[in-house]
Amino acid sequence: MSVHKSLPHDAARLHVTGTARYVDDIPTPTGCLHLAFGTSPVAKGRLTALNLDAVRAAPGVVAVMSGADFEVIPDCSPSAHDEPLLSDGTIHYAGQPLFMVVAESHLLARKAAALATPEIAEEPAVLTIDDALAAGTIFEDGPRVYGKGDVEAALRMTARTIDGQLEIGGQEHFYLEGQAALALPQEGGDMVIHSSSQHPTEIQHKVADALGLAMHGVRVEVRRMGGGFGGKESQGNHLAIACALAARATGRACKMRYDRDDDFIITGKRHDLRIGYRVGFDPDGRVTAVDFTHYVRCGWSMDLSLPVADRAMLHADNAYDLPACRITSHRLRTNTQSATAFRGFGGPQGMVGIERVMDHVAHALNMDPLAVRRVNYYAEAQGDGTDASGGSLLAKMKAGARVLDSAAVAGRGAVKVDGGGGRAARFGGPHSRPPVAPRDAMTPYGMKVEDFALHRITTQLAAACDYDARRAAVADWNARQPVLKKGIALTPVKFGISFTLTHLNQAGALVHVYQDGSIQMNHGGTEMGQGLFQKVAQVAAARFGVGLDAIKITATDTAKVPNTSATAASSGTDLNGMAVQAACDEIRARIAKVVAPELQARAENVVFADGMVRAGTAAMTFGEAVQRAYMARISLSATGFYATPKIAWDRIAGQGRPFYYFAYGAACSEVVIDTLTGENRILRTDILHDAGSSLNPALDIGQIEGGFVQGAGWLTTEELVWDATGRLRTHAPSTYKIPACSDRPEVFNVALWDGANREETVYRSKAVGEPPLMLGISVWSALAQACAACGPAYPDLPAPATAEAVLAAVERARG
Amino acid sequence: MHETRTISLTVNGETSTNAVPVRQNLVDFLRNTLGLTGSHVGCEHGVCGACTLEVNGAMVRGCLMLAVQADGAEITTVEGFADSGRGADLRQAFVDRNALQCGYCTPGMLASALEYVEGGGVADRSAIREHLSGNYCRCTGYQSIVDAVCDVIDGRARS
Repeated sequence: MSVHKSLPHDAARLHVTGTARYVDDIPTPTGCLHLAFGTSPVAKGRLTALNLDAVRAAPGVVAVMSGADFEVIPDCSPSAHDEPLLSDGTIHYAGQPLFMVVAESHLLARKAAALATPEIAEEPAVLTIDDALAAGTIFEDGPRVYGKGDVEAALRMTARTIDGQLEIGGQEHFYLEGQAALALPQEGGDMVIHSSSQHPTEIQHKVADALGLAMHGVRVEVRRMGGGFGGKESQGNHLAIACALAARATGRACKMRYDRDDDFIITGKRHDLRIGYRVGFDPDGRVTAVDFTHYVRCGWSMDLSLPVADRAMLHADNAYDLPACRITSHRLRTNTQSATAFRGFGGPQGMVGIERVMDHVAHALNMDPLAVRRVNYYAEAQGDGTDASGGSLLAKMKAGARVLDSAAVAGRGAVKVDGGGGRAARFGGPHSRPPVAPRDAMTPYGMKVEDFALHRITTQLAAACDYDARRAAVADWNARQPVLKKGIALTPVKFGISFTLTHLNQAGALVHVYQDGSIQMNHGGTEMGQGLFQKVAQVAAARFGVGLDAIKITATDTAKVPNTSATAASSGTDLNGMAVQAACDEIRARIAKVVAPELQARAENVVFADGMVRAGTAAMTFGEAVQRAYMARISLSATGFYATPKIAWDRIAGQGRPFYYFAYGAACSEVVIDTLTGENRILRTDILHDAGSSLNPALDIGQIEGGFVQGAGWLTTEELVWDATGRLRTHAPSTYKIPACSDRPEVFNVALWDGANREETVYRSKAVGEPPLMLGISVWSALAQACAACGPAYPDLPAPATAEAVLAAVERARG
Repeated sequence: MHETRTISLTVNGETSTNAVPVRQNLVDFLRNTLGLTGSHVGCEHGVCGACTLEVNGAMVRGCLMLAVQADGAEITTVEGFADSGRGADLRQAFVDRNALQCGYCTPGMLASALEYVEGGGVADRSAIREHLSGNYCRCTGYQSIVDAVCDVIDGRARS
């Protein structure tokens, strides 16, 4: 069967030969024009004059449009209709598009755009969280508050309390392929758009709106993106709309791609947060109550900030059963880029908050932070079918060993975890002590945690990476070494899977079987490198019992599958895999009905496997069966549809079941810091991650490795800096530092937790796109441990823990 | 910008003569004029490495060189490597090891990896990581890329 197999990415062969096409590689019709935006140099004010004469006179310029050219300026927002394509006279942030240039080449358009002389009456900008709090600029009518229990009473009665505050920086997506769109005008005013977008239906909707067309007049195609990470969920709207408008105005194909600096300056990033906390705990490290306040810097428009801020609240508990908890979330409007979706969608920020609390409590009690974490874990799921079995993780995770054997990609399969230790350990160790406060496995938002696996995962990982011995060795090193200090931390991840906007949890598919037995598959998900297309093709091949070479994967196309949700929330395979499965099963049933008499069997007993259609000993090839169906005038094409069951969520009340299930994982990282410079290195990372019954272990491990490194980058070197006037000064890789090959851990072991999803997902797999990003928190926590080793005081390490921040934290620790 | 010069160069074994804008980058010339879109434009100031290609035997950034500077040069892009079969084992290892996801960095990454392998680099993970640290990948976390390069070096040593 083609599922549960480590197969290469479907386009791997195209990528290594340079023949995989991205938007900017698509051959364009003769006379294709190119667009560029002219942007505001200031963060807030009124546009008093916009002289574009020099722009219009520049070589190669065909057209120039500003807000004044529209009766109603087209809107680019995915939510609140508050993002005019071009400024309506009000300036909201430095980088906001004021006008657009249509020219004969990309460079001529950009060169011309630089010739404008906008006159702007500057106003005081609201840039920081403090600015926004002082000015009272907020989204929604007030803060959202979720929680459970009587937090005040619990804090009053508790033995100790700590107050703290943490700044968490944002993150630029740095998809290697920048934003890009191509518009091809059609007869009758229709428009075809090629877009580097995670959300073709949104592009279709917004372009149709801008052109005054019904959605049926616009077709959007997305074959692939050169990375998305959430940054292409809504941020591609502007380019597609601009190209469509220019294509209509000129009658020519129009293309736009952001230069990297423009991409940084114009588009949104991960939300930065300030998290305030007051935590009460007993002498054993059990948290009795936490009161969190989230201050979320949303930027100038609403975009996706409300669900992002919601998800931060929904992950404020992470893996911990908090008897009393309150999360108050303020969504602040500032004159900066509109913060947007980024892998984890607020979840990582919320999770960093509670992980910081665990570290702070451990520091106050002089306890092992892992012991504090485990004593607060939710109760382990009982008899949920996720028992680990077979193999030995321990043997594969010895320090310095290469976990992955050197065979082909198939060798990068799931490492089955050692069963015995995990189960037995559940009845021993600190986490099994009777709780002092009632624990009900209930999240602060009223969803019961039924599938918790982190006791076993943690036990396995701690044993496999020799956590206790290495923690002792780190303490010994720190006692002897005056300059280089080490830290080690093991942190868990529990991440909720489903869109919190319940209606988005639906997907469609379209499957054709041709007369020769070949199969064309289409669904609403988009490919951004994550391997979605291959995983879903594996499902289709398994349903028909054919090889993957029989399946043709086609570009996502709004004309084939309509009304799709964004490929986001890690949901791509869960949703589209099930939709494709439904379509395949529909066709399969029709074929079975046709051939059953010939095979002398009931239709339900006809089996599709190994390229054959058989019942008992009677068999024919899949191609022969397809021919029979065709000759019998039976349709060999079907749509499939899927809607996630069980979920229901009231985001205002903060109650319900927003998630179908949780994905789990844990990471242990060891780091070293130079106390003279703050420079630091990750020495070793071990990861054990739950992808359910993985559809493709190689691709899932790739997601885990990449997600971890991206998460570690966010919390260490990736620092966004705005100056006092609101200009982003880190607007290219020369000043914004994402992890390079030399930054990843020297020893890096990754294994999959081998357990089936208790919920009925596609082949019992689990979503794997976002959860591994939060494994990077282990690096940040380990850095905090290293800083804490420098002195008696709490180091209060912020995120990102740049070398500068580490150095300052070392000074704080010394007191 | 509109001023042009005529240059002759050999790209992937084929000689061509073209009038090019004097300020045009080599990678833009290859992509827009010759249609060789395998070399990708990532940052356009020499940091990300997505446009890495071979000029006269050396791996260079296609965005940091002007097309006019390549007059008389011999250039090989990812398409040329694929056509000639050079580095076929490296490409296979990238496929087998899942050393790519979105694929945008892959052509440049392959060029830098090929430089290391052909330059007699050994299967030392630290040295490989150092050599590849000028090529950004945002997807893979690099682990599988280093695995692939090690495989190729080991494989060549055996044969």
